[in-house]
Amino acid sequence: MPTDATAAVIGDKIRCDACPVMCYIKPGAAGACDRYANQDGQLVRVDPHIVLERTVEHGGKLVPFQVSGDWDGKIVCQPDIVVTAIGAGTTYPDYKPAPFIVSSEIDGVDMVTVVTEGIFSYCGVKVKIDTDRYLGPETATVRAQGEAVGHVTTSEYGSQMLSLGGVHHLTGGSKKEGRVTCDTLMDLSNCKPVELTIDGGVTVVVQAGRAPIVNGVGEERMRVGCGSATIGMFAKQWHGKVDEVVVVDDHITGVLSEHQAGKLLDFADTGIKMKGRRSTPGRYFQVADPGTGWGGTKISDPLSVLGPFDPKQARPGLTMLMVSTTGEHAAYYVLDEALRPIEKDMPPDLKFSVERIQENCEPALCTVLFMGGAGGSLRAGVTDNPVRLTRSVKDALTRVTSGGAPVYVWPGGGITFMVDVTQMPAGAFGYVPTPALVAPIEFTMRLSDYAALGGHMDYVRPLSSLRDSAEVRPMPYVPGRRA
Amino acid sequence: MTRLPQIALLPDGKRLHLQDGPIDLIIEGRGSETELRAAYRAAATRFTGLLDELCTELSELRQAAHPMHSPLEGVVARRMHAAVAPFAGECFITPMAAVAGSVAEEILGAMLGAARLDRAYVNNGGDIALHLTKDEKFTVGLIDRPDGEGLMRTMVVGSDDPIRGIATSGRHGRSFSLGIADAATVLAKTASMADAAATVIGNAVDLPGHPAIVRVPANELQPDSDLGPRPVTREVGFLSESEIEQALEAGAQCARRLMGAGLVEGATLRLKGKTVVVGTRQRGATQRHETLLDA
Repeated sequence: MPTDATAAVIGDKIRCDACPVMCYIKPGAAGACDRYANQDGQLVRVDPHIVLERTVEHGGKLVPFQVSGDWDGKIVCQPDIVVTAIGAGTTYPDYKPAPFIVSSEIDGVDMVTVVTEGIFSYCGVKVKIDTDRYLGPETATVRAQGEAVGHVTTSEYGSQMLSLGGVHHLTGGSKKEGRVTCDTLMDLSNCKPVELTIDGGVTVVVQAGRAPIVNGVGEERMRVGCGSATIGMFAKQWHGKVDEVVVVDDHITGVLSEHQAGKLLDFADTGIKMKGRRSTPGRYFQVADPGTGWGGTKISDPLSVLGPFDPKQARPGLTMLMVSTTGEHAAYYVLDEALRPIEKDMPPDLKFSVERIQENCEPALCTVLFMGGAGGSLRAGVTDNPVRLTRSVKDALTRVTSGGAPVYVWPGGGITFMVDVTQMPAGAFGYVPTPALVAPIEFTMRLSDYAALGGHMDYVRPLSSLRDSAEVRPMPYVPGRRA
Repeated sequence: MTRLPQIALLPDGKRLHLQDGPIDLIIEGRGSETELRAAYRAAATRFTGLLDELCTELSELRQAAHPMHSPLEGVVARRMHAAVAPFAGECFITPMAAVAGSVAEEILGAMLGAARLDRAYVNNGGDIALHLTKDEKFTVGLIDRPDGEGLMRTMVVGSDDPIRGIATSGRHGRSFSLGIADAATVLAKTASMADAAATVIGNAVDLPGHPAIVRVPANELQPDSDLGPRPVTREVGFLSESEIEQALEAGAQCARRLMGAGLVEGATLRLKGKTVVVGTRQRGATQRHETLLDA
């Protein structure tokens, strides 16, 4: 019989009537049963083992708990239901079969999903921070609560990558370093904000799916492109409206009149003199030191990247737009009689072009990829002959998912996978004091393939048998997620 | 509409799972198939409506117990009171401190009233009522963490031991603790006695006023907690080795006192990776993997 529970709201508290205990539950807390909780004023079920139902139509909250009582086991014939390993527990050190080996029929093929929560002492996260701002030198140590948890790695496109965790920080340093690293990885993986400090650089608050906060200032946009690319993209829109445009950028500063795009549009030489090192015409490296000012440089006055104008080419009245690669900084100048740039109010059509740059910048985000290896003893929970599982994954006979989310399996030895943590259900990660992270991992394959690779056939159970111990939830809706 | 508990056999086909509101029971018996079926049916029948029965007296059950008398009427409620009464003279305790063990005992009683079993247990979230006959015995495994590696230690309970109840209290469980023990596991004559004593011993593992211990009034966390504004432990920060030993010793003293009074048969206290065992006989010297209960 379903429980027609309702929740009366008293102040910020909920009175749950799922059972006669009638708990008052505060926001963020659970009732005496630990099954029902108050999430932002809504009564939700929080059962340990979760079966996700991919129902985007439901609009993406945790399911109102009434749904669970009604459930009639229809899961068996719904191929778009994913059994996750979250809350499945694990049998580490893995000599036993994985906690749940579930069979279901997908597309007429009897499929087996082996779900387990892997304990990953050799894991880490790769963080991509969309920002033009200079976060710190490459290879600099990244710290959380003063402990080294990783380092700044290479920068690609408009993003700065951090590499955090890994076996050395988790197990190779002091006890505290291991614990703080584990906490940091778990919080990042569970989409919680974490403050990181970079040696010789900034303090940045990183949260998967949110904009980074650099030295207390929230980042809004990712650059539209480098300075040179910006020139190429907008040259036509500046034609006839201004004599010179400088797009200030930490990496490649662009100068319209010298740039190929300007030449093609017959922009005249302006006698501009840039600091920094010229790469190809209209493209300059290192016009200023990196920082958190204009275009990822440390400057607050854009004129500081210019030398004096060449009197042979420059003329009084010449107009110039200076803008950053995100359009967040912009200024308009007119040369005076002494050929000095004097800041003036920006004409409306140039303002429009700056807004256009802003509009074309994507929102700055932090993305977190959890990366771990399922190549070790975890495989023994799946099969008697672990290497066959590895081969089966390589041969694409076995699909690997993590919390129901798609993963990228890095080619080469072992089963090293990466997963976007925002695609995973809330609270998917846990930890053990080893220290190591506990992450869900599922292997899905044909039943016949499972038998062939030495699977624990005696332990295969129909999906419907999870009915009593599992909870159905619609996949939480995360903006931008691939449904 | 009648609210029915969840009644199901676990996937192994042997253990019975009963759940209603905050009560979650795992039950396993050993005996002939007919007897076992009768026992499980009796358990399910007795369980149905048990929570409602308790809840009719819930507000009294949440009041501090009197050491001598009680206004409670229900059979389980009176067992809860009886279990906490020996402690009510010297400290604040409500019958709720023995709710889990008392329910386990009640269900086991119903099963044994309906069938002959060689062995049975009713595990109510770690508070366990036992039934043992002849040469039957239970091996209880203590584990550091459910997801950790292997058993920390094992304890064997034989049918000639006076022990028929095992309970664990600590700050990580569903109920709050006034102390800092990660776990206080207690062996006693009955599950309700073990439950009450585990609460008291767990509370005694403490370092009053220590700055690394974060305490919050219980009713700030659960508005209707029976502990009212009493500070319950939320976090335990860094403790030195000697402080850990000091806290454990405070708990061990309490356990020895209760043993002397015949209220408990033994106890294992755990705090920050350190363990103290109190008991007349050394249990758990051997690491055997037999029946494993979530103690």
